[in-house]
Amino acid sequence: MNPVSWPCPAPAGDTAGEYAIAFDQGRPIRLLVIPALFDEANRLRRLAVEVMRRLDQAGIDSFLPDFPGTNESLQPLEGLEPVDWHRAMAAAARHFAATHTFAMRGGCLFAPAGLPSLHYAPIDGAAVLRPLMRARVLTAREAGREETRESLAARAEQEGIELAGYRLSARFFQNLRTLQPAAAAVTIAQESIGGGGLWRGAEPGDDPAQAEALARTVAQALA
Amino acid sequence: MSDDTDLLLRSILTDVLGLKQNQASDFDADTGLFGHLPELDSMAVAGLLTELEDRLGIVIEDDEIDGEMLETYGGLLAFAKAKRAAQ
Repeated sequence: MNPVSWPCPAPAGDTAGEYAIAFDQGRPIRLLVIPALFDEANRLRRLAVEVMRRLDQAGIDSFLPDFPGTNESLQPLEGLEPVDWHRAMAAAARHFAATHTFAMRGGCLFAPAGLPSLHYAPIDGAAVLRPLMRARVLTAREAGREETRESLAARAEQEGIELAGYRLSARFFQNLRTLQPAAAAVTIAQESIGGGGLWRGAEPGDDPAQAEALARTVAQALA
Repeated sequence: MSDDTDLLLRSILTDVLGLKQNQASDFDADTGLFGHLPELDSMAVAGLLTELEDRLGIVIEDDEIDGEMLETYGGLLAFAKAKRAAQ
């Protein structure tokens, strides 16, 4: 496993260096792993890398890029919109010469067109935003301010919004809420993996049995 | 129809709170939740409510969320049962 840098298109038309975790031995199957979004990305990070380790053992190369504006990225998230994330994942797929995509949760919304794709427990853009908006309402309430998801959404459409520490532009918010995962992908449901989805845990967790089951399912689908 | 809400709720709490198997079986009506379990901050509560919606097939409005419903296991169970009955 190596951290590598890849050239990511930036909104101004130039490129920005972004990081990815790579298991690369130049093997025939090269999997672009698209992470879950925002807070779920943290809780699923270990699962993603554990699946990649097992796929490496099974003879499959894999690459886990950061979304621009998140993780180690130097790009400011508030200057981006979903189309930039689409471009970023397409550029990562080209740079790493990916043959397939494995996307997790909200990451499925950004699977590049043209590559066979596996979607793990996919959700649409509205479902990405729902718990984030709710957490914001609950936090405000604890601080004695009354906000509602409706009033927050109306303001976010105009001014953008900060959700779970992520500063989203108005265009990011508007466009994300209407995104749907591509219908052509093969879906891996959590029920087929067993156990509860690690994205919902209050804290990041570890579940070797789930990593094993997920890696086996992915490897079989790619065989 | 038998009511499996109690069983489902214990299973959801086990997943969200990362409890050990069977730990949630010991919850009774007075077991404290929000404000008693350090894991249950507002992001985790938001995740818990979303999971309740998805797994119990209910919709929870912002104004239905109050301290009483989240304070104890009994309060949350009563809320979940009432929501399911009303669907």
